Parts: sequence; C-alpha cells; structure tokens
Amino acid sequence: MARKLLLEHIDVPGIHTFEVYRQKEGYRAVEKALKTMSPDDVVEEVKKSGLRGRGGAGFPTGMKWGFLAKPEGVPRYLVCNGDESEPGTFKDRFLMTYIPHLLVEGMIVSSYALGANTSYIYIRGEMMPQIRIVEKAIAEAKAAGFLGKNILGTGYDLDIHVQPGGGAYICGEETALLESLEGERGNPRIKPPFPAVAGLYGCPTVVNNVESIAATVPIINDGGEEYAKIGIERSTGTKLISASGNLVRPGVYEIDMGLPMEEFIYSDEYCGGIANGKRLKAVVAGGSSVPILPTHLALKTAKGEPRLMTYESLADGGFVTGTAMGSGGFIAFDEDQCIVRNTLNYTRFYHHESCGQCSPCREGTGWMEKVLHKIEYGYGDMADIDLLWDIQKSIDGNTICPLGDASAWPVASAIRHFREEFEWHVLNPQEAQTRNYGLVNERVMSEG
Amino acid sequence: MLVEFDAPLLEQFAEVVARYPEGRQKSALLPILHLVQAEYGWLSLDAMDKVAAYLSIRPIEVYEVATFYTMFFLQPKGKYVLEVCRTGPCCLVGAERIMQYIENKLGVKEGEVTTDGLFSWRGVECMAACGFGPVLQIGPEYTFYENLTEDSVDQLIDELKQKAQRK
Repeated sequence: MARKLLLEHIDVPGIHTFEVYRQKEGYRAVEKALKTMSPDDVVEEVKKSGLRGRGGAGFPTGMKWGFLAKPEGVPRYLVCNGDESEPGTFKDRFLMTYIPHLLVEGMIVSSYALGANTSYIYIRGEMMPQIRIVEKAIAEAKAAGFLGKNILGTGYDLDIHVQPGGGAYICGEETALLESLEGERGNPRIKPPFPAVAGLYGCPTVVNNVESIAATVPIINDGGEEYAKIGIERSTGTKLISASGNLVRPGVYEIDMGLPMEEFIYSDEYCGGIANGKRLKAVVAGGSSVPILPTHLALKTAKGEPRLMTYESLADGGFVTGTAMGSGGFIAFDEDQCIVRNTLNYTRFYHHESCGQCSPCREGTGWMEKVLHKIEYGYGDMADIDLLWDIQKSIDGNTICPLGDASAWPVASAIRHFREEFEWHVLNPQEAQTRNYGLVNERVMSEG
Repeated sequence: MLVEFDAPLLEQFAEVVARYPEGRQKSALLPILHLVQAEYGWLSLDAMDKVAAYLSIRPIEVYEVATFYTMFFLQPKGKYVLEVCRTGPCCLVGAERIMQYIENKLGVKEGEVTTDGLFSWRGVECMAACGFGPVLQIGPEYTFYENLTEDSVDQLIDELKQKAQRK
C-alpha cells in the first residue's frame, strides 16, 4: 500500500470541515512553522524536500521561492494556481472538493515563508462549487485564528482571497493567470521579467499549483529530508495522478514517485486494467500536452527498462521514445480508439484556447486542425502528413508561452509513433469512416 | 436589455472590490461579471457599461474581457445551459454520442434556445473531471453531472423541466 501524505484522511467523514480536519492534527504545520521556524527555515525545508512544481513544468518549488525578490516596502504575493484545465488532469478539483483545509493550511505556511500578507487562490470559474468550498474553509480558518491579524499571537498577518477565472485554458500559464487576476484578458506576458521580480501588480510574486502548496504541509510536519526519502532520484515525495480514459477504475490516485507504469495501469490497487477486457493501445502520461506513447514504449523505455512514474523515467528517451510527467494527467486509450481523431480533438482544443498573441500558435493551431480534419474525414493525402509535421515544427519553441509547444507535441508524437494509422486514413478514406484502425504496433508488441 | 443593479448585488460588488489593494479595483472585473451573469442570465451591453462605470474603467475594458473568456454569454440563453465536455478524455468514453443525443432530444443546435426558453446546450473544453466522463455542468452554480448515459440525460432534463414548472 502506498503512503498517503495528501490523501491520508480523504475518507474521514466531515474532513472538509475545520473541526474534523483539526481533530486529525490539521494546522499542525502552521503552528510549527509560525511558532518555531523563521520564514527562511520554511524555504530551506521545502528546498531539502526536493519538491518539484506539480502543475506541469516540474520546476523545484524551493528554488522558485528562493528567486523571490524582496525589496523594502514592496508587498510580495503568493498566488495559487487552481486553474486546472490541462485535459486529463482533475486532481486539484478533487483535493479542493474533499480536503480544502489542506490547501488553506499550505497557503498559510507558504505565504509565511515568502513574507506575503495577502494571497490569492485563482480557481477556474467553472469550479464554482469548489470556490464556495474553499471560501468556506478560509472563513473557518479565520474564525479559528489561523488567518487574519496576528495569527496565533505570532504577529504574522495574512488574508487569503479566492479569485474565479472565466473559462480560459491559457490562464493556467502563470503570467496569463496574473493578467486575469488583474482583470485583463489572459494574454501571457513576455519573460523576463519573471513574476518573482515583477508579478501581480508589478510586485514580486510566486505562483504555485494547488498540489505543490498542499505538499508543503507534510514537508513541514515531517521535515524535508523525510519527504525526500520517498521516490527516486530527483523525483521525490508522492504525486497525485488523475487517471482517465478506458480504465476499469479511473480516478485520482496518490502514488509514491517511482511506481512502475505497468503496475499503475494493471494493479487492482490502482486502475485495475483496461476497461471491457480490451487491450491498451496508447498512453498520454502527463496531460494532453505531453507526447503520446504506444503501449510498448509506455510500459518500457527504449532500453527495455520498466517505465517508472518519475520525471526522469517518463522523460527517458527524450521526445523520440519518451514523454513527460507534466501535470500527472494519465489518459489510457484502448484498442478501439482512433489516434487521428484524438489528435484532431486535441488540436481543435489548442486552436480554441490559443490567446492569439503569437502568429505561429494563432495561425498554426488552426492550420493543423484543418489538415487533421481533412485526414480524419477521408480527404487527406500523403503530403498532408508531412505538412502537419512541418507546421508543428514551426510552432514548437517559437511562441512566448508554452501553449504553442503544447499544441505541437501531441501532433509530433502521434505522427512519430502512429504514422501508419495516418497513412491508412489517407489510403482507405471510405473504410476510415466506418471503423478504427485498431492496434498499430502489434508486430512490435508481440516481439516484446 | 437595460439593467439596474439592486442594493444586495451592489453590496456583493463592494465585498469583491475590498479583496484588492487600493486602486486595483479592476481585479474585481471577472468576479463581478460572474455575479451579473448569475443575476440576469447573460451580459447585455448595458450591464457591461454599468460594470465599467462601477469600476471606473472604460467600457471597452469590460468588452475585451467579456469576449475573451468563454463562460460569459453575450446573448440570452436558455434558462438551463447544458455544457458538455467535448475534449479528448471525455470523448474516449462517449462524450460525442452524448452531445448528439442532447441535440436530438432538445431539438436545437449547439448554442440555440428551445422554443419554451428553458434549454440551451453547447460543447465546452475540458472541465477537469476526466475520470468521471462524460460530464456536463449547468450554471450559474455550475452543478456537475458525471458518468452520463442517455438514461441519466433523460432523467436530468425531466427534473429540470419539473423544477422550472414549480417556480
């Protein structure tokens, strides 16, 4: 049984209330940090823990905190990114719904570490129920003296406010999120300056994912070194994985970093295998943006080693034979799924969500959607596959925010690993309308 | 549509504005637009102009935001807007079939309003509930309906019709 640091008490009735959360030793990390540690001590513990940002980029959280500028007389802000919109990812919704005080507790500890006296939790507007839940948790914590003026008599003041988004994937990008929080369109800013120097209202700001902030609670309670003992290499601690697609038991799982992907998919402790007795065709391991892998490369690396759920193992082989941890949005495809159709769906998504600032992304995503539409609906030709390849290459790395890259990678990986299926669509336009291609790499798979 | 914000609504506006530093009241724009849409069902030009006046910003600053974010309706919609997730993971478990079923059942195309004024539907992008797909949500409280089947859609639409009659 895997350790549970974040979801340990998830099944306790009433754990969403302050009273029950407190009975389960909640807010112990706040007491410990504010009463016995300096803000720098807290930063140091988070550095020691090796915690890496859980929103997708995987940047070390402690290091990010260390970059925060601290000019005299200028307020500093902590902004929590609860805009969870990466297709395949739903862990933050889960966490905020069932154990909102863990987020509030983490916000207090993290705000204290950064010297912020006002912090914001930006939650996507569609999560109105979760906004209400988190607001209630904040009010309860405040009534109990864990927020507001002079918290626990330590002289530290903190207010936390919840900000709703308006329905825009791009606001999950931290500078777009800050624009949105300032009441603007969610257009990402050019970096530098980084938010650590000029973020919200031009002040030094740290933006952290919901899960990253929640993880500071066990880190402070047990110590960074203890946290770092879990996992492998530079992938420490536990990770929430959102499992969706054609699985027997989709849902949110907390895993120890280092769990073999095969075990995650097939073990009864986790997803319980592929639904309806079908076979696995492909995996998107970290949210729609990361490269899709056919089964043989998902379960084993190109070197033939078991693929583990760590930042390093998932990235093994680069984008040629590997993928990325991303946000932990794990999507499983059974043998009946069509890769061309899925790629068209993702591309339509990125086209719809492009903010339009950078030409390669604004024009390229729409162009790729049109070409994919052509292939999917039986009007494509072979040159279109190469055209797609060229377009994605022209977007990747040529935009000011990662949405462009995120739109290119699924297309590139789909062509790289499933080119035969694209060609089959071109060569068999009638048949492609009535049935799916099936397992693409059966030959490779049977050879093991 | 002309609107007049009443006292309880203005009180909520003031509560929102108080969350931000002095002079940063524009930060209240998205939360206030949500409040206005919950009250009137959509954002009319007049409503947006009055929000601009309230926040001491130019009307264009409200329009450019209202048109950027997909949650804001710039035209009247049905009383209940069924928003079905149409993104990848939900499509692996039948979202396209559910959208087609809703279209047939309601007899209106995406974005249109049923003749009784009760229903609209549309596809929306990933709602962060992929493990429980297919899913749909209904504003202004964004209540969630998970693991949709044709039967559960029938049941939901019946319930909403009854709810509308009771009011």
